Amino acid sequence: MVYFILKRMVQSVFVMLAVAFLAFSLFRFVGDPITQMTGVETSVKDQERLREELGLNDPFIYQFTRFTGDLLKGDFGFSYRTRQPVAKMIASRIPATLELGVVALIISLLVGIPAGVYTALKPRGVLTQTILMTTLVGVSIPTFVIGIMLIFIFGVQLGWLPTFGRGGTVQIGGWESSLFSVDGWRALLLPAITLGVYQLTLTMRLVRAEMTEVMRSDYIRFAMARGVPTASLHYRHALANTMVPVITIIGLQFGGVIAFSIVTESVFQWPGMGLLFLESIRFVDIPVMGVYLVVIAFFFVLVNLVVDLLYVAIDPRLRIKDVS
Amino acid sequence: MLTIKDLSVKFPTRFGDFTAIEDVDMTIKPGEIHGLVGESGAGKSTVGAAVIGLLQSPGYVANGTLTLGDTDLRNLSPAEAHKVRGGRISMIFQDPQTSLNPLMTIERQLIETIQTHSTVSESEARNRAVDLLEEIGIKNATERIKAYPHQFSGGMRQRVVIALAISTDPELVIADEPTTALDVAVQSQVLDLIQRLAKERQIAFMLITHDIGVIAQVADRVTVMRKGRVMETGVTAQVLGKPQHHYTQQLMDSVPPLDRKIDRFRVPEADNTIASNGAMAENWLLEGSQHARTGLSLTGLSVKFAGPRTSIFRKPPPYVALDDVTLNIKPGSIMGLVGESGSGKSTLAKAITGLVTPSSGTMELGDDVLPYGKSRSRQHPSRQLTQMVFQDPYSSLNSRHRIGDILTEPLWFYGFVKDEQEREKLAASMLSLVGMQPDAISKYPHQFSGGQRQRIAVARALLARPRFLICDEPTSALDVSIQAEILNLLKDLQAKFGLTILFISHNLAVVRQMADDTAVLRSGKIEEVGETNALYTAPQADYTKSLLDLTPVMPTTWQT
Amino acid sequence: MIAFVKKYEGLWLFVHSPAAIIAAIVAALIFVGAVFAPWIALVNPYDLASFSLFDGLLPPAWEDGANPKFILGTDDQGRDMISSILYGARLSLVIGLSALSIAAVLGVGLGLAAGYYGGRFDAIVMRIADVQLALPAILTALLIDGIARGILPASIQQDLRVAVLTLAIALSLWVNFARTARASTFLQMNKEYVQAAIMMGQRPTRVMFVHILPNILGPLLVIMTVDLASAILLEATLSFLGIGLPADSPSLGTLIRIGMQFLLSGEWWILWIPTLFLVALVVSINILGDFLRDVFNPRLR
Repeated sequence: MVYFILKRMVQSVFVMLAVAFLAFSLFRFVGDPITQMTGVETSVKDQERLREELGLNDPFIYQFTRFTGDLLKGDFGFSYRTRQPVAKMIASRIPATLELGVVALIISLLVGIPAGVYTALKPRGVLTQTILMTTLVGVSIPTFVIGIMLIFIFGVQLGWLPTFGRGGTVQIGGWESSLFSVDGWRALLLPAITLGVYQLTLTMRLVRAEMTEVMRSDYIRFAMARGVPTASLHYRHALANTMVPVITIIGLQFGGVIAFSIVTESVFQWPGMGLLFLESIRFVDIPVMGVYLVVIAFFFVLVNLVVDLLYVAIDPRLRIKDVS
Repeated sequence: MLTIKDLSVKFPTRFGDFTAIEDVDMTIKPGEIHGLVGESGAGKSTVGAAVIGLLQSPGYVANGTLTLGDTDLRNLSPAEAHKVRGGRISMIFQDPQTSLNPLMTIERQLIETIQTHSTVSESEARNRAVDLLEEIGIKNATERIKAYPHQFSGGMRQRVVIALAISTDPELVIADEPTTALDVAVQSQVLDLIQRLAKERQIAFMLITHDIGVIAQVADRVTVMRKGRVMETGVTAQVLGKPQHHYTQQLMDSVPPLDRKIDRFRVPEADNTIASNGAMAENWLLEGSQHARTGLSLTGLSVKFAGPRTSIFRKPPPYVALDDVTLNIKPGSIMGLVGESGSGKSTLAKAITGLVTPSSGTMELGDDVLPYGKSRSRQHPSRQLTQMVFQDPYSSLNSRHRIGDILTEPLWFYGFVKDEQEREKLAASMLSLVGMQPDAISKYPHQFSGGQRQRIAVARALLARPRFLICDEPTSALDVSIQAEILNLLKDLQAKFGLTILFISHNLAVVRQMADDTAVLRSGKIEEVGETNALYTAPQADYTKSLLDLTPVMPTTWQT
Repeated sequence: MIAFVKKYEGLWLFVHSPAAIIAAIVAALIFVGAVFAPWIALVNPYDLASFSLFDGLLPPAWEDGANPKFILGTDDQGRDMISSILYGARLSLVIGLSALSIAAVLGVGLGLAAGYYGGRFDAIVMRIADVQLALPAILTALLIDGIARGILPASIQQDLRVAVLTLAIALSLWVNFARTARASTFLQMNKEYVQAAIMMGQRPTRVMFVHILPNILGPLLVIMTVDLASAILLEATLSFLGIGLPADSPSLGTLIRIGMQFLLSGEWWILWIPTLFLVALVVSINILGDFLRDVFNPRLR
């Protein structure tokens, strides 16, 4: 078990190194950092001096090691566009994106898992067919269209909810949160639903597929043959076994939540990391792009490590050694 | 007492109803073990599923009566039926690896089942569960009950399954192939347990199996089924000893005996018109191999695999699959290799064919030393001289390739026949030689039955003009009557072409019919090698003796 | 009869699945319309001379003040909506299909080889796939787009937009193919027909492409359909975000972005008609994908 976790950690470090390398290559090879940092009035001599000072003439490996070291120390460099420290820019945007992502994920799980279970247990029901058709349309509508539709209906036509921004936020120890005011929740609702819909359909279809497989397994049939009560059969026996693969995929889906948050943030002008990233692409602000990548990959890796731990907690085969 | 009368089960399909079983009659008294035997497609399992009310959707009982004691099983509400399941009828499945919930302890599964069917406190249920496990033969049950299923070995797991099935004192237990996934030693223990439970607890058992030896050993009465209908039913000794029905006789003729060797199985032979078309292939094979009987000898062969890694610092101890195996297969003879699952039989075949790299030892085919796995070049002559017939005819033929393409592949690949039409002709003739219609050449594998596919697989092996043939469990996926046909075919071909054969099987009776010499493999080590007849009549190693003792056999008096 | 139906089971299921038939018809209509757009469209949206500002903002034919010539109305430039949509779908499909082909060749090749060779090669491919997974499709595509902006001189950037977009989408989709191909190949590697081929001494490329590939086509075909839908969605999303295609060569996504400006005014058709087309196209492809999944995996039926 310890080995399993350690192995996953080593793999995570590898992924992080690869992403750091990607970010470094971006910084180093896409455009010339010196011309980006200096204005037209800087002389060639000054440029050369700066190049030497920043160590850009050092061997490649040396530069990469220093870059990684700086990342570990939390020194993320400066934005080409705003000249502000990137760390500060990103940090101020993290709460907005995380809250949006987590609320969306919770919505998708709260609706997706029960719907998946229902459609697996009643495969021929009318409601099941309706749900399946709806989700098929759900995965086919681009996130931005869902956002536009929600804005159009609830913002423009009905005028119930705000259509852009975070509304009122509350500062809690430097963390700017939407979760502690009605206003904040009102602003969060539409973007979170928009972001959650796509994940919801994926979760539902996955739970349905896995649950259908489990319901055909020998141990479920054996439990049926022993007259185990239906509720226990469905939830204690079948759903628990379904969750093992589902949890893995949900961890992987977290990447999807982050990616689609870029779109959602753009539609709702939600001031998160995604919007920052979009701006940085438009202005070729390489340091911000690179750091965004590293931060996203870090969250992804972190979530998947947590998933691995959950996995161990659920499945005794990973926890307890086989005697035979 | 269970009474089944005129039972028919149908499965609606797009083309109308498919009748799985029809007019089945059967009674099982308390304490009786009733064997239900038949080949695949006979509908045995459907009978069991209908009785317990768990027919695979959309199957339904179309006709007949099912009564247990005074209860009409067909007229139960869903809630009542659910109560009967577990409470009065229970079931044991084939594979103990998959029939227990892997995420729950044995304790939770047992207590849940007991509490479902009787109102007892949790501690009371636990006590009962512990007693039950001890009765079933699990030592130190108070401790072991806290374990998860994966912490038990296969045989122990099947005991736990049985404990679960009888934890509610059912009147009837349906055992669907309960020992098929087990090795002989464990099989005999489980069968003993079933017999004991029938006697002591007066439980009625419906024992569904394809293995006539198992029926002969434990069943009081037997029902023989074929294609959804009952052929014959009665006291076991009567039905199997003096079969009245033609089909039962045929079935009994196909069963390989353990205690003697018979020359040929009495099964319907392919007709002669087909065989005459095989002359071309026969001549072609003879011109290639008539002077070349080639033996194989292995000296000190060991194969080690990397064990599962559990620590970053320590290298895992290697798993020894083959340990210092020395074996000499005489030119033109058949060497039988028997052993239980995990004994290394298949690893041996893979080492010879170069799929697995040994760690030490030498392999010689005739006078040539065979290079180890990865270092054996693709052009090495042994790749043509050594061919293999695999266990699973459903996966050994590429389902996307035409039979003609499968069969002509060795002909062009080894450069035997340059002309394409000539190749097709030879392939068609080879099909005749193995007892198939030559028009099979333009069809695809899915259009054939398992036995026919195995014939095609034999034809493919022969078209490489091999001198050494490995048959790895070639009949264990087949029904017993088909097995008899394939064994006859292999015997004929070996006699005609003087092939050297390594015949691998877990079935001692089959090996006895086929092999000149026999080797017994256990945990990667050769326990005993010898002339087959001598080894079976006077085994030297204790392991061989126990294997022979535990294999279910029919009483000698039954043999016709 | 039964044997015949079994052989053509896919066809039988298709004929008896109204959803699949409707989806196929819708997809085929849009596809044909896109291919023949230059011949059937009323105007060429790229050709300024073929439309007129005087026809601007006309509603669809069934509303008041419509010009029956423009059945689905016109945009603010006077372009016929149907023509814009057909040309837009054409561009979306070209990008989607080319990206899909690149991703399929790359992914299936790598996945097959990873499954066949296993060991270190497999580990490397899968770690690369892991990294790719940590950077999801939209992110990858945006990133490549950003890099292209940084590297390429502004003058040729416009010309290469379609190529960059295609590459970005292809790179974000290959992992799906690679993982599916690898998993299926692993299953096939244990099958005895593959072992027989290896034992014979056949070349690895022959074993992979002649023996294994035909046997794993089913799941790959499903992935291909689902990913075509993803590719079209991805292209639309990128264009919507304004980093896909420029406004003068509009794809469906660009049309929707332009239509967004009319969200609050009365000209609903400029936004919702292209949206409807995009959704209809993707829903159809997804229904077909679902249908194929059922055909190839009857256990889920």
